[in-house]
Amino acid sequence: MPRGWSDHRVEEAIGRLLRTGVLLAAALVAAGGALYLIRHGAELVDYRAFRGERADLRSVRGVLEGALGLQGRDVIQLGLLVLLATPVARVAFSMVAFALQRDRLYAGVALLVLAILLSSLAGAMP
Amino acid sequence: MTILEFTAVVWLGSLAAGFLGALSGLGGGVVVVPLLTLLLGVEIHYAAGAALVSVIATSSGAASAYVREGYSNLRVGMLLEIATSLGAVVGAKLATRASGAVIAVVFGAVLLASAGLSLRRHAEPIDVGPPDPLAARLRLDGAYPTHPGLRRYRVRRVPLASLLMGLAGVLSGLLGIGSGAVKVLALDAAMGLPFVVSTTTSNFMIGVTAAASAGVYLHRGYIDPGLAMPVMLGVLLGSLAGARALPHLGARALRLVFAGLVAALGIEMIANGLSGRI
Repeated sequence: MPRGWSDHRVEEAIGRLLRTGVLLAAALVAAGGALYLIRHGAELVDYRAFRGERADLRSVRGVLEGALGLQGRDVIQLGLLVLLATPVARVAFSMVAFALQRDRLYAGVALLVLAILLSSLAGAMP
Repeated sequence: MTILEFTAVVWLGSLAAGFLGALSGLGGGVVVVPLLTLLLGVEIHYAAGAALVSVIATSSGAASAYVREGYSNLRVGMLLEIATSLGAVVGAKLATRASGAVIAVVFGAVLLASAGLSLRRHAEPIDVGPPDPLAARLRLDGAYPTHPGLRRYRVRRVPLASLLMGLAGVLSGLLGIGSGAVKVLALDAAMGLPFVVSTTTSNFMIGVTAAASAGVYLHRGYIDPGLAMPVMLGVLLGSLAGARALPHLGARALRLVFAGLVAALGIEMIANGLSGRI
């Protein structure tokens, strides 16, 4: 095991990872929000009934395509995806760190949590 | 209302919700969902979707500070995340089938229980005596920084804590909240972690739990960018300000006031759910 990967160093790296993810997500959401409000701010709003979002806002690919075209709602949704990815990245990072520490038990635990998260995000849960 | 006006109102309300959530330790989600549904008439599934997103943001933002200070117990957190994330997926699936009225009544009951839990007194952690065999095999015992130096603590009752964490996950997915009150209950009352370790470890776990349910919400179209944008930005900013203000305010009196407010919101949610207005 690389001697540097002490619990303390792992904790510091996780802290940095979480902060970067949240800051990046907030910046994307704010930028997308500005685009959205400039274009649609004067329209009327209705959140009283549930309709479900456009299909392209529900999948990673649809959001990426819209965000590249600078659609405000898609840029916001991209920021939200970055936000959702932050805890996932944290679990993945912990898994690697446990593995480097030769801690098989907790590398396995982290792998299980990662599998649950990824299958939920991929829409693969029954 | 135009989109611009609506966004401004939601942002200000979320700012207040995040501030109160941080002061009370209950989190922004439990305040923001009643605010959106009761005051602004937002459909509860949308409200829960937007709240989940804000919960991930505050949890990750706050955890980044706590983790580096060495308070969180990363092994306890990771182990119990199996139960919370499975529970969260189940809860989110339930939300897609439940009517708004049912969700509102359960939400109200959880608000009432959280108000009671937030006034609970905390037991002193144990650092002596024989170790719990299961906790020892899982290497869960830990230490945390205090004034004189590192203080060790023992962990016990892992199965009971896992059960409570599963419940916390179900509630989180069903209602769009972080379930911090139930998580802290599992860590501090069931497992015997010191209070500061319980709150920081709980905060750390909330993001993973919420991400597990957010996946389901995203695919069902419950996460609306136009609504989630002001909610996330408002709650995040409000809770950062709340965490800053906390040391300057009298904690006990504040908690009483806040518990009363949360209980009133709970009764209002139940009444609205039962009368079919939500």
